[in-house]
Formats: sequence, C-alpha cells, structure tokens
Amino acid sequence: MHEYSLVQALVERVEQEVGRRGALAVHALTVSVGELGGVDPELFRTAFETFRQGTVCAQAELTVRLVPARWSCPACGAAIEKGAVLRCPACDLPARMGEGSDGLTLDRVELEVP
Amino acid sequence: MCTTCGCGDTELVPVELHDKILAGNDRQAAHNREHFQAHGVLALNLMGSPGAGKTAVLEATSRFAEGRLRLAAVSADLATDNDARRLAAAGIPSKAITTGQACHLDAAMVHHALDGFPWDRADVFFIENVGNLVCPAIYDLGQAANVVALSVTEGEDKPLKYPVMFQKADLVLVTKCDLVPHLDIDLARVDDALARVMPSPRVLRLSARTGEGMAEWFGWLEEQRRPIVQGKGAHMHVHPHEHTHSHEHRHADGTVHSHPHAHAHQHPHEHAEGQAQEHAHGEPQSEHAHAASEKHEHQH
Repeated sequence: MHEYSLVQALVERVEQEVGRRGALAVHALTVSVGELGGVDPELFRTAFETFRQGTVCAQAELTVRLVPARWSCPACGAAIEKGAVLRCPACDLPARMGEGSDGLTLDRVELEVP
Repeated sequence: MCTTCGCGDTELVPVELHDKILAGNDRQAAHNREHFQAHGVLALNLMGSPGAGKTAVLEATSRFAEGRLRLAAVSADLATDNDARRLAAAGIPSKAITTGQACHLDAAMVHHALDGFPWDRADVFFIENVGNLVCPAIYDLGQAANVVALSVTEGEDKPLKYPVMFQKADLVLVTKCDLVPHLDIDLARVDDALARVMPSPRVLRLSARTGEGMAEWFGWLEEQRRPIVQGKGAHMHVHPHEHTHSHEHRHADGTVHSHPHAHAHQHPHEHAEGQAQEHAHGEPQSEHAHAASEKHEHQH
C-alpha cells in the first residue's frame, strides 16, 4: 500500500509546479506506470481519489498510462517473450530492460494560469 | 491573462514534465549513498517476505564472521523492535526503525536512523527492510546492493509472483536450505523462476542453522566491499587540481585592484591504503592537481 505515499509525492510535485507558474488550478495529470514499476494502477487511482481532497489536485483528472515491460537482447535486439528466461538464446547475453518498463513518472500537467 | 486578446480570462497550459515521482526519495538516497561511500561502508538493503529468515541470516553472518567483518544494522518493523534486539544479542550493533503504518523504508527514514548510530564504524551496514515482497522494492535507500532472502518454504514460483522485487535483487539468498530434505521443493525450479525475472541472476543457497553457503556469502560480501574500500581510499588521495582566485592589493597611489590567477598546488594527503593513486575527481568549483606526500607549494 505504498501507493498512498506515491500519491503524496505526486501531489507535492504538482504543488511545486503550481507555485512556480502561479497557476490557479490543475485540470489534468498524466502519469506513466511501468509494468515493473511496482505500482498497482487501480490502487494508485484509489489513493489519488482519497488523497487529492483539499489539495491543488482536488479537481484534476488523472490519466494513468500503463507501460508494458519489454526485454530485448542488447546485441541483436531480439525481443524476449514475457515469461521466458531473460537471456538471448542466440547471443547468450542477459536481456536489457526497455525504457519505461519499471518507470513511474509524472509526464504532464494541465494548469490553469491567470 | 489571455495572451490572444488580453480579455483577462485564464488559460489552460499543458506542461510536459517526465519527472520521476520518487525523485525526492532518490535525492535523499543519493545523499545517503555519499555518506556510505565516504566512510567506505558497504550498505546493503536486505529484503524478503516476513519470516524469510532475514534476521537469521544476519545473526549467522555475525556468528560466522569471527571478527573478519565489523557489522551494523538497522532493522525495520511495523510495531516491534524484536529484530533489533535479536541482532544486538548476536553482537551486531543495531537500531530499530519502527515504521508504524508504512509498509517499506524510504531514504529519509534511513537517514534519520543514521543519526547518533555508529554505522560509520562498520564494514558492512545492513538495512533490514520491512518484511514485504512488494513495496520496499521501489524505494532506493542509498544502498550499494539489494539482497533478497527467499526461504525454501515459500514456494518455487515466488519470483514469478513478485517479479519487481526479484528483478531489483543483486543477490538472492535461498534460505533455510537445511529444510530441503523435509520438503517437496525442487531448487532447480527456484533457479529457473529467478532466471525468468532476473537477467543476470546471482543466487546463493544458505542455511543460517548449519552454515551451508556462508563461505560463498562472505565471498560475495568481500567482492562488493572491494570497490567501496578502494573508493574511500581514492577519495582521500591525489587529485590533479588547478584553481583560480584573486588577491586584492593596494598600490602606493591608493588604487585597489585584483587579478585572477591560476596556480597548481600540492598537498600532503591522508591515505587509507598507504599508496598513491592517480584519479580524476569532479568537483563543483575547481579542478585540483595534487600529489600525495608532497609539500604544499604555490606557483604564482
């Protein structure tokens, strides 16, 4: 249930941005969650619903983008199937994780500014 | 104000950020890591399910260390300080971090725990995380490596069920191996599951009770310590440097001025290993060049 502490960090980051730009309100937020980011998107949404009350995000619409985990061979680039051994059978090298696979990022905020 | 017509209406502005949500924790973790590195301490984040044998591994580490390594630990628990008391009884200076509701440690909690605790006198500093295979995985604490304990009683498919935790592990300790004869577990299937969630799995089979695998575990600890001990030495060593500064001076006619100038100088240095090493060192303001054991000389 670390989703609550993540939402707290998220709201603090948005508050910073609001302060920096003198925004009046936050209309929308987009967050990316990698499949290996250790975050349950549904729990994250629930935590956001609870935590945003009384914050700058109270009226903000949250979009959660799911980024599937991808693995590939660092040499030949061949994709490694989900659930397979994380090693390229042809090159005998450990697979490399694709970008965003374990990410957890605030991508975009839509701010209302005077 | 609306910039199109100046009507005074507010505007909607999309801001692209791509910021890590845990950036604040990561900054604190980087700070912790600097502390550990500056003191040549190998910090390890020990994770695993409740009852995986994390505390027992540390007790056995103390027992089998026979004075070879100085150990210290902080131990996280939701409600008690039982683990810290067990570790203290095993001869490991330790401190409890009671996390209350929190299911994981974060970098700030660890930093707070360092205060007033002699972690810097240890060779290996263990951060025993909350027993949990989910939440602790995503919080960097400033450790040099993640160690995950997986006991043989937990089931062969644990790594497949909790891929995030095992993917973040630098080492998996398969614990309680003395129980294998009494169980239906197939250790090869554990290895196979790990290979499907870790690209370069490192796995050791241990028994805290019999001491099986302890030699390999100490081997791994030594291997991890090597760059850190060297890094500490290097930190106190030779770094080429050159810097610029100005001296203000007054002339006979009453004018005051200064001119910047550069000079190279050399300092005697403290050495952890008693040997000189050349290396480059990023410093915020200046680049330095000094050779060890030589006198400070200014060339103007």
